[in-house]
Amino acid sequence: MTEIMTEKTEDLKIEAPIVEKYKLQTRDVNVYYGDFQAIKDVSMNIKPRSITAFIGPSGCGKSTFLRLFNRMNDYIEDFKMEGKIKIDDNNIYKNKIQLEQLRKDVGMVFQKPNPFPKSIFENVAYGLKIQGIKDKKLIADRVEKALVQADLWNEVKDNLNKSALTLSGGQQQRLCIARTLAVEPSIILMDEPTSALDPISTAKIEELIHHLKKDYTIIIVTHNMQQASRISDYTAFFYMGELIEFDKTKKIFTNPEKKRTENYITGRFG
Amino acid sequence: MRKIKELIIEKSLLSSALVTIAVTVGIILVLAIEAFLFFKEVSFFDFLTDTQWTPLFTEKHYGILPLLSGTLLTTFIAISVALPIGLSISIYLSEYAPRSFRKTIKPLLELLAAVPSVVYGFFALVVVTPYLQQFMPSLSGFNSLSAGIVMGIMIIPFVSSLSEDALFAVPKALREASYGMGATRLQTAFKVVVPAASSGIIVSIILAISRAIGETMIVAIAAGQQPRLTLDPTVPVETITAYIVQVSLGDVQHGSLEYRTIFAAGITLFVFTFLLNTVSFRIRKKYREKYE
Repeated sequence: MTEIMTEKTEDLKIEAPIVEKYKLQTRDVNVYYGDFQAIKDVSMNIKPRSITAFIGPSGCGKSTFLRLFNRMNDYIEDFKMEGKIKIDDNNIYKNKIQLEQLRKDVGMVFQKPNPFPKSIFENVAYGLKIQGIKDKKLIADRVEKALVQADLWNEVKDNLNKSALTLSGGQQQRLCIARTLAVEPSIILMDEPTSALDPISTAKIEELIHHLKKDYTIIIVTHNMQQASRISDYTAFFYMGELIEFDKTKKIFTNPEKKRTENYITGRFG
Repeated sequence: MRKIKELIIEKSLLSSALVTIAVTVGIILVLAIEAFLFFKEVSFFDFLTDTQWTPLFTEKHYGILPLLSGTLLTTFIAISVALPIGLSISIYLSEYAPRSFRKTIKPLLELLAAVPSVVYGFFALVVVTPYLQQFMPSLSGFNSLSAGIVMGIMIIPFVSSLSEDALFAVPKALREASYGMGATRLQTAFKVVVPAASSGIIVSIILAISRAIGETMIVAIAAGQQPRLTLDPTVPVETITAYIVQVSLGDVQHGSLEYRTIFAAGITLFVFTFLLNTVSFRIRKKYREKYE
């Protein structure tokens, strides 16, 4: 087992009052679907308020790995997981852990925009309402705040009662981000959030992700190498269920340690 | 040669389609003509407002209301049974049950609809009614309660199977979005999946109602044959369908006014089921658009 992200890659000049530990740590994680091993011995540490990109060819396990962090794989039959995943020092695969609580803290944005067939307002308010929050004023405030954060407020503020399905693809995806933000998570998982969007919408979302970094720990799966290099601080390259390399994005894209990483990012395979 | 063959096949396919349409049109025409002749002798106003239906008695009344109330009462009881049970089954199967269980249980459930309705009628009369009489001594031997309950059991698969299809068709992405925000399975089922499938569920309910209104054997056997304007489920009533059976089996003279009452009753039934089918067709069309 290797501590891939070591202190020497850190910029320690910033004087932080409290030295923040890792937000998320995985140790020797293995995932099986029946007989198929989808993830092999992956250990990694993710810093708070950073953007980490998972890259790799289709089927390399990056999405599976991402979905471990909010236990979204639990619904798949035959799914089996070994190893440890800690978020803020809590082992999230302990039996005692409350799934609902975990998922409030670890939000997720999916590949295709998937707003509920409800109004824009109801979409964002959903996460609050299922928590049993009834205070209308509080809900309205949080909805507005989330929409502002997701850079969608100005476009929808006069049409909050319109169906979310009337929005464009890019707006829908920002709505899904707003919906996730409304629950006030600390980690946001993004599973190829721009793969179904046009370049302009993509640029907007990337900008948004960049802004969110100051408050959230973001982990993003992407097929798009330019995207990874543009927005992320750290990049993890997966291949056949293994974590091949994990380092600062700049290092991965300019001077990768491993040959396979270099081949992939230069487009020689994948 | 090949072209001629193609042509023959095409035309024969077309003609079989035309036959179906012709038969439907024919039925509607006969219904309409006979009903028209009926309404030449009986005023339409009396037909709709008279509270008695006694075309076979010496003192004749031609008010459809007693038959209509019998039909609606048994249908209402049936839906009250089928809706909660059918919907629970569909939500369980689509949201909770393991896939293999769902695959086995669904065809089994649909068997309920495959049992001949005469069997259900008999069951209502000789099993359900005597059983209910243990708790409700005033329950008469023929009543709309047991007929309605048994009819409700029969139409459970209409509700459960079609609703389940609608629930299952809700994209997985919506469920994941809901789980991803910390919703439980129950919350996801009722706040996301059921609303998203609501049009499909409504269609299933309408089709079940339509089936219940048209159901004949159960009510003819177990609900009695006494046209009575009542909402009391414990007394004998007669539905439109049961009346049609009663008269068709009797020795009413062809072409007489008594004979034409069948068509007046029949067209009433037709109007109801036609309206229900139209509504469900509209909803289904809208619903298809939503997912495409």
